Amino acid sequence: MQNTAQNFGQNIGENIGENIVRHNIRYDLEIISYLIKPKSKVLDIGCGNGELLEFLKKTKNVDGRGLEISQKSVSTSLSKGISVIQGDAERDLTYYPNNNFDYAILSQTIQATHNPKEILEEMLRIAKYAIVSLPNFAHIKNRLYLLFKGSMPVSKTLPFKWYETPNIHFCSIEDFEKLCKELNFSIENKTFLTSKHRLMSFFGYKKIANLFAEYGIFLITKNELAPTFQEEIIFDKRQSFGKNMEMGLVLSNPSSLSISAMDSSLCGNDKGE
Amino acid sequence: MKVKSSFGPQYKEFEIGDVIFLAKEKPLKLTSGAEIKNFPLAYQTYGTLNADKSNAILICHALTGDQYAASKHPITGKDGWWSFLIGPNKTIDTEKFFVISSNIIGGCMGSFGPKEIDPETNQPYGLSFPAITISDMVKAQNLLIEHFGIQKLHAVIGGSTGGMQALSWSILYPQKVKLIIPMATSYRHSPQNVAFHEVGRQAIMADPNWCEGKYFLEKKCPEKGLAVARMTAHITYLSEVALQKKFGRELQNKNDFSFNFDPDFQVESYLHHQGYSFVQRFDANSYLYITKAVDYFDLEKDFSGKLSNAFNNLSPEIKFCLISFSDDWLFPPSEAKKLTHALAACGVNVSSITIESTAGHDSFLIESNALKNTIKGFLNNQ
Repeated sequence: MQNTAQNFGQNIGENIGENIVRHNIRYDLEIISYLIKPKSKVLDIGCGNGELLEFLKKTKNVDGRGLEISQKSVSTSLSKGISVIQGDAERDLTYYPNNNFDYAILSQTIQATHNPKEILEEMLRIAKYAIVSLPNFAHIKNRLYLLFKGSMPVSKTLPFKWYETPNIHFCSIEDFEKLCKELNFSIENKTFLTSKHRLMSFFGYKKIANLFAEYGIFLITKNELAPTFQEEIIFDKRQSFGKNMEMGLVLSNPSSLSISAMDSSLCGNDKGE
Repeated sequence: MKVKSSFGPQYKEFEIGDVIFLAKEKPLKLTSGAEIKNFPLAYQTYGTLNADKSNAILICHALTGDQYAASKHPITGKDGWWSFLIGPNKTIDTEKFFVISSNIIGGCMGSFGPKEIDPETNQPYGLSFPAITISDMVKAQNLLIEHFGIQKLHAVIGGSTGGMQALSWSILYPQKVKLIIPMATSYRHSPQNVAFHEVGRQAIMADPNWCEGKYFLEKKCPEKGLAVARMTAHITYLSEVALQKKFGRELQNKNDFSFNFDPDFQVESYLHHQGYSFVQRFDANSYLYITKAVDYFDLEKDFSGKLSNAFNNLSPEIKFCLISFSDDWLFPPSEAKKLTHALAACGVNVSSITIESTAGHDSFLIESNALKNTIKGFLNNQ
């Protein structure tokens, strides 16, 4: 943990966002890829232009499928050789059979859905694991904005005014964890990010994470599934980091690579409060 | 083998192109129970079959389409109906792929159909021609593929009735095809579509020149009935927006209404023209048989009321890309969606897209970047 603390100190202020350009992939998508086992079957809900699935196909050799609402994005994904269905996550997940996938991914979309609870349940019906990334509404900037300005926060992360925002179901990291508990889903991994793509560690202090993280990425599963799988994921995540580095996808300062930060967020995997 | 054929109001002779006689030894059993043997199937090919015979793509044409997908039509002299898609360095690149465009049985462009001569009577079959189904058309195509010695097609692509054939390929011969691209099509012919077809058939049969299907003996042609059938059908291929945009309520070569029953509106004379040109290139009995075959198509019924049962035995390698068009009211996107969900429910690798369109059902025959990019991406990146 001491080691973690040191690294944590170094990580803060470290801009590993540069790395995104090199991978040509959004950083949260990259973190999601660390959570995924090679050769697994993945459904990316709201897959956009297929960046994540393309990346996962290359690095993890996954069998990937996408669901995307925009025709243009579907066409772009198809041109990359990715299988995509044009459809609406809120209506079309119900047609997928049970346990058809290893992972169902919902990246920065849950807050824009009409029924987030139902979507989560659907995700864990069709897949063994769900990976959900979400903007944290309880971030300190938002809190201060609301406190001092008295109006709904508008920022880089949340660029819309209240009357035009697609984000109709905002939640905080804390809210999301509460919902998982209510649904009896266990959080197998969580990673916190700022908008500048810094990884953050809060030594398991959820309240602090809820204050400073702008995004959270969660790996969840139904409680009845064997928890031992988690260890494999941690192992695999390290492998992924190693592999990526070997592949020349070097972070701007590899010595401060935030594996430990990520591990500490794993240590902070509190199944209760 | 090259053959000649003739029909239409003037019974003019024209050159068909390649025709092959199939089922020479073992007869082909049709869905109706009838057996056919040594029957002709007309086709065109583009590109070259590679050494391991792995680059073949089968093109399935629509209801009144034909094998001239990318070559000049021998009667109309017009470019092939998919010339914008098929050719060297085009979306379906004939430098890379060997494209087989097959006529359907029941058709009238050189394949086994009601206007061909029955060897037993030495007269055209007419109404003694057996009833056919989409599956029968596909089984005949399969014999053609076997003739080429192709074990596995890279893709089967088709729109509308051709899309039904593509779907049937995946069900009848799942081991023989890698990619399936059905477009502007459905898992069944809807009651509304059956109704439109029936209007067309009744129009043909009500024409006194139809002569109970034996018009060829009298050297007659049920032109008017067939033209009305085409006019009705043609409306269903367009959209209200397309008609409004193309014609509005504009009058044809006049400033005021004629107050008689000559065509007043542009849209009327357009339909007349469509009817007239169709009669020159299509056989009336063929139209009766093929529309019936399409009306019979219903995968849901074939698989005891559960569409997904149709796709339960697919090989895991097979991939689908379903294309529908937003303003197609003949085969609306909702039907493609149902098909997509049935495929997804079986865990099949399916992609599906609804392309924004303003040309109605015929959008699959109209060049657009969205259509070209979708097909190109899917064909080349698997």
